[in-house]
Amino acid sequence: MEKRKYIEDIEAIKDMMDRSSKFISLSGLSGVLAGTFALIAAYLAYSTVYGGQDYMEYRKAVLTTGSLSKLLLIAISTIVLSIGCGIFLTTRKARKLNQSIFDKQAQLMLTHLAIPLITGGVLCVILLLKGGVALVAPLTLIFYGLALVNASKYAVDAMRTLGLIEIALGLLATWFLGYGLIFWAIGFGVMHIIYGIFMHLNDRP
Amino acid sequence: MKNILKDLNKAFENRVRLGIMSALMVNDSMSFKELKRLLDVTDGNLASHIKALEKKEYITFEKSFIDRKPNTSYSISKLGRLAFKKHVTAIENLLKN
Repeated sequence: MEKRKYIEDIEAIKDMMDRSSKFISLSGLSGVLAGTFALIAAYLAYSTVYGGQDYMEYRKAVLTTGSLSKLLLIAISTIVLSIGCGIFLTTRKARKLNQSIFDKQAQLMLTHLAIPLITGGVLCVILLLKGGVALVAPLTLIFYGLALVNASKYAVDAMRTLGLIEIALGLLATWFLGYGLIFWAIGFGVMHIIYGIFMHLNDRP
Repeated sequence: MKNILKDLNKAFENRVRLGIMSALMVNDSMSFKELKRLLDVTDGNLASHIKALEKKEYITFEKSFIDRKPNTSYSISKLGRLAFKKHVTAIENLLKN
């Protein structure tokens, strides 16, 4: 009889600790959408870089000024679409969980996410300008993974696992340098979709 | 069994007090407003529970001004941390039996 109350007490303690120190409102559905956008972007990037070449011959990555600006356009629209959907769906979920995306918890998570992410972003731009294009895909994976691991203390635990997987994929992509886009598609596309579905199913009502 | 029950702390029987203590265990400090939002209770209700915990010296507070508005932030005391840990251990032991 009493036992039930104490089980509920322990659950309440865990819930309060999580809700007061972590941002738990990240929407799983937005992960699925971001993953889908990433896959489309990877396909478009592939056809931009490798397009118009004979199927049977050895394929070379062709990077002209025209295709570079097209790649940038693809990248920017992917980012804007993913973040836009993310903010919209997360705000909706946060309202349900009585959190806000302007909470202290959300801010803590975002700062911890932003520091490695911006570092990696700037590094990749420098590499693009200095002609180290091949390393860009692996490095975006590695820095994104580091950012996730860093921010996971202020979010759900699964974020840490996702981060570690992204780091591993990034390192593999550095080893198999020519296959950057494939690893990128797995890391940002497939992994986000899996993670998103996992999060969505794990949601407490 | 008797011993375990003795370790259960009456001060934490109430859900709101349990919530305040849980939140302060994992946050350096929290303001009245943050606690209120988190626990979804009225001002008066929260204030009375905070007072009770203050009286026991489980939590401490610090008054300051943010943009000229008074702001009170609460932290858990050493005594409070110990008492809460003891309480949680007691519940866990109770559930094991």
